[in-house]
Amino acid sequence: MELTIWTYEGPPHVGAMRIATAMKGVHYVLHAPQGDTYADLLFTMIERRDHRPPVTYTTFQAQDLGGDTAELLKTAVREAHERFKPDVMLVGASCTAELIQDNPGGLAESLGLPIPVVPLELPAYQRKENWGASETFYQLVRALAAPHAPPPAEPRPERPAGQAPSCNLLGPTALGFRHRDDTAEIRRLLEAVGVEVRVVAPLGATAHELARLGEADFNVVLYPEVAHAAASWLKRTFKQPMVTTVPIGVGATRDFLREVAGVAGLEADSLVERMHTQLPWYSRSVDSNYLTGKRVFIFGDATHAVAAARVARDEMGFEVVGLGAYNREFAREVRAAAKEYGVEPLITDDYLEVEEAIREAAPELILGTQMERHIAKRLGIFCQVISAPVHVQDFPARYSPLMGPEGANVLFDSWVHPLMMGLEEHLLGMFQEDFEFGNDTLPSHLRAEVPNDPATANGGSPAGSAPAITAAEPGASADSAVPESDPAAEPDGDIDPEWNAEAEKELGKIPFFVRGKARRNTERFAREQGVVEISVDTLYEAKAHFGGR
Amino acid sequence: MNRSTPSTPTIPGCASPPAGTRDGAGSGLANGTGATNGELPVLKERGQREVFCGLTGIIWLHRKMQDAFFLIIGSRTCAHLMQSAAGVMIFAEPRFGTAIIEEKDLAGMADANEELDRVVTRLLDRRPEIRTLFLVGSCPSEVIKLDLARAAQRLDTEAGGEVRVLSYSGSGIETTFTQGEDTCLTSMVPHMPPHAGAEPSASRPGGTIGSTGTREAEPGTAPAPPTSLLVVGTIADVVEDQFQRIFGKLGVGPVHFFPPRRSAELPPIGPGTRMLMAQPWVNDTMAALAQRGCERIDAPFPFGVEGTTEWLVAAAAEWGVGRERVLEVTAAARERGRRAVARHRATLEDRSIFFFPDSQIEIPLARFLGRELGMRLLEVGTPFLHRGHMARELALLPGTPRLSEGQHVDRQLDRCRADQPDLVVCGLGLANPLEAEGLSTKWAIELVFTPIHGYEQAGDLAELFARPLVRRELLEV
Ligand code: SF4
Ligand code: SF4
Repeated sequence: MELTIWTYEGPPHVGAMRIATAMKGVHYVLHAPQGDTYADLLFTMIERRDHRPPVTYTTFQAQDLGGDTAELLKTAVREAHERFKPDVMLVGASCTAELIQDNPGGLAESLGLPIPVVPLELPAYQRKENWGASETFYQLVRALAAPHAPPPAEPRPERPAGQAPSCNLLGPTALGFRHRDDTAEIRRLLEAVGVEVRVVAPLGATAHELARLGEADFNVVLYPEVAHAAASWLKRTFKQPMVTTVPIGVGATRDFLREVAGVAGLEADSLVERMHTQLPWYSRSVDSNYLTGKRVFIFGDATHAVAAARVARDEMGFEVVGLGAYNREFAREVRAAAKEYGVEPLITDDYLEVEEAIREAAPELILGTQMERHIAKRLGIFCQVISAPVHVQDFPARYSPLMGPEGANVLFDSWVHPLMMGLEEHLLGMFQEDFEFGNDTLPSHLRAEVPNDPATANGGSPAGSAPAITAAEPGASADSAVPESDPAAEPDGDIDPEWNAEAEKELGKIPFFVRGKARRNTERFAREQGVVEISVDTLYEAKAHFGGR
Repeated sequence: MNRSTPSTPTIPGCASPPAGTRDGAGSGLANGTGATNGELPVLKERGQREVFCGLTGIIWLHRKMQDAFFLIIGSRTCAHLMQSAAGVMIFAEPRFGTAIIEEKDLAGMADANEELDRVVTRLLDRRPEIRTLFLVGSCPSEVIKLDLARAAQRLDTEAGGEVRVLSYSGSGIETTFTQGEDTCLTSMVPHMPPHAGAEPSASRPGGTIGSTGTREAEPGTAPAPPTSLLVVGTIADVVEDQFQRIFGKLGVGPVHFFPPRRSAELPPIGPGTRMLMAQPWVNDTMAALAQRGCERIDAPFPFGVEGTTEWLVAAAAEWGVGRERVLEVTAAARERGRRAVARHRATLEDRSIFFFPDSQIEIPLARFLGRELGMRLLEVGTPFLHRGHMARELALLPGTPRLSEGQHVDRQLDRCRADQPDLVVCGLGLANPLEAEGLSTKWAIELVFTPIHGYEQAGDLAELFARPLVRRELLEV
């Protein structure tokens, strides 16, 4: 048993729902109790979908358990087929139904429906959401495309002369973080260089399109967490090469184009030259000097975390002080990247462990998930979201991909946004006692976004609060602006050095956005030196010791 | 607990479900389309239920009782439900968590108990301020028959009085949404202290356990004189204070609220305690309290001006205070409430409304909207209908709405589309899809998370229903 407060991933059947909901003509019958229908709201509320997910739940109750839950399942499958007339059906169990072992897949198959029925075995006590999405997509692709597979020994026929190279884009799902815009951006990029995009799947794909996946010349794996398994099978079965560079950031997008050029038989350099994005110039312009060496902690799904680390160091000039991912399936990639950045890889889905690591690293900026935004708020650090899990505000109305040329622009803007502008930072350092700056001045462009105190924001309701999805979230528009909290409040194993009054006052003069770090460094220094009372001198000695502010 | 058995005298209209059938499917009085007190037929539905499970009650219970912690023994699904429904952003460190059952726990029972002990020890070390720890059962814990009641007893003894450890079911196979509060409160009842002069437990003289629900149950018996009032069901602190002031002026009291703000301070009860339901879903709690000798005051629910007045009148009567005095004391508040409600009448009058089942609050709210705002009731769905506790409400319900209990969501959607109501009250999974079809919707869950009881909130309650319609008028896009 694992004590969990927040989870990074849902159960595997939620991954299956992300596939079913992304596609057209797919229906998923889930053997599950009534409470599991909460998953619908992930799609209808968080992603603002205007349709119910194509999922029928059997919603068995305690009184059914002794009796015939199997019959319930069969009725649900039959009724769903009649009502929704899908082209293909997924049938599986959630965690509870897994325990009662009704074998939903087998039962559904026994009904002899006139459409393909794909049974899903998603072990809920071992696996999680991303794995469930991957497995579901793989099973669907296999079930639908296998009948069109060439004999194993047959080589792939050459693309006819004069025919443009073509590919499929694999991996975007419902509830995917920026998947809608990433897909549009990469389609545009590929079409601009003369590559035809045949099928995008699962997002927007039909069963018929999945059946024809083998026709394209190659596959682009946009989200390995979802599509790597299916693309590998396609590679084995149809001998379709796969492009695996994830085009997040300028460097990675260039590498992506080179890889595409390689498999499509195009001339790489001209492709790369034709790509235009603002990030390189914005990053080189002198006002970006203040970004140099900003300490950044990165956590998310492996793909986004690794991609963000490259952008952060090579394209923004930040210092990567932490790198991790919650999905163990891709731990290897994260370990390799962490080595390159000289940090300890953090592979965990324990939110408390991540919080501790961030506290320890004392970054100036966190690039994370919704969960890290939450940690950031507590620690008084800025945060931008780069990976699922995300909340409703991370599905913006405007076009905002993370991938491709426009994605690079989006990354630059959104990561720089929470940071203090260059000159402003200096002015604050010099004139911090100016009453208008005050001690807790936020970057002036964030002024209006200071969040309400979460504790009082929902003052009067019976519970004292409301669920985030039903109430205006105090953090919704203020994902980056946070009041300082006192990170030193956490008890520590050692004896805590005490601040004397003068030192405490001096600490108060340090601008709030570095105050937490200064406090932490000073206390660490004091502890290392065996200093019990922190004086102004200790503060400055620590500053000299650790360098910088 | 007052489960109807053949030998138990039942009050007219009281359909307490027999043990094990919480949704009333096997309820004695209700089979097929039986008639209610209000003679309205009830459409009993069986099919996909698009509702939360009882775990969700933790979202407000953990805010209400600030010294309590709720530990769900469940799966990743349960944890995910809680964070999706509660929202991750608001509470820095919530007073709930999930002990996620893993593959290795499924191997053997002894193992699972040890694991539970380990998790609880870690939790109590981390949160020394906890006074009550609830072990909350889920579908997986119930299907594998993890005995949480035994575990709670053991842990309670180990905690040596520092922390009270209780258990209840919030599972989706046993409870629907707000029933999670009902099972939680029921688990606390045995620990409520007897009030001064009361028997430590059990029935009052002359009464049969299980029939102590209301006065009519045993016409000949003289009830114990009222010694205190217990208001049952979570309501906003601010509303509690308002009611407390009114009861004070009426000379009704002492008044206790259940659940209390601090779980360690359970109100005293016993014969002489009169109980007043503040929320319609505390049905089992009422039965458990009745077993301790408390008596239910039959009243409608305090929604809207009329409901609030009748609720107060019923309570006051027990203390020998007449209707006139209640009207006198509440005159100003009633007038304010009426004015606040009237502001929304133009928007809501003659508009039709359709309720999907959600929290059991549907019938009282339909009564308010029908009588005080002139709305036309098309369908009023409830996850579970307790005829006894709902009798007064049903009698007041205007028109001839379609009453439905349980759910077959696809068929209900068909009916809703056919009805084309002006406003649909439904859950979060249905709201946006229905909006996209051109219907106006009100999220049902907001009705559970917003202060809506009493005179001062009557206008807010009306506004919750008016807002979607006003907004639709407003938007030009
Ligand atoms: S319905 Fe059951 S399995 Fe699902 S979230 Fe609720 S308690 Fe957990
Ligand atoms: S208290 Fe409720 S359950 Fe008990 S007898 Fe009365 S009406 Fe029935």
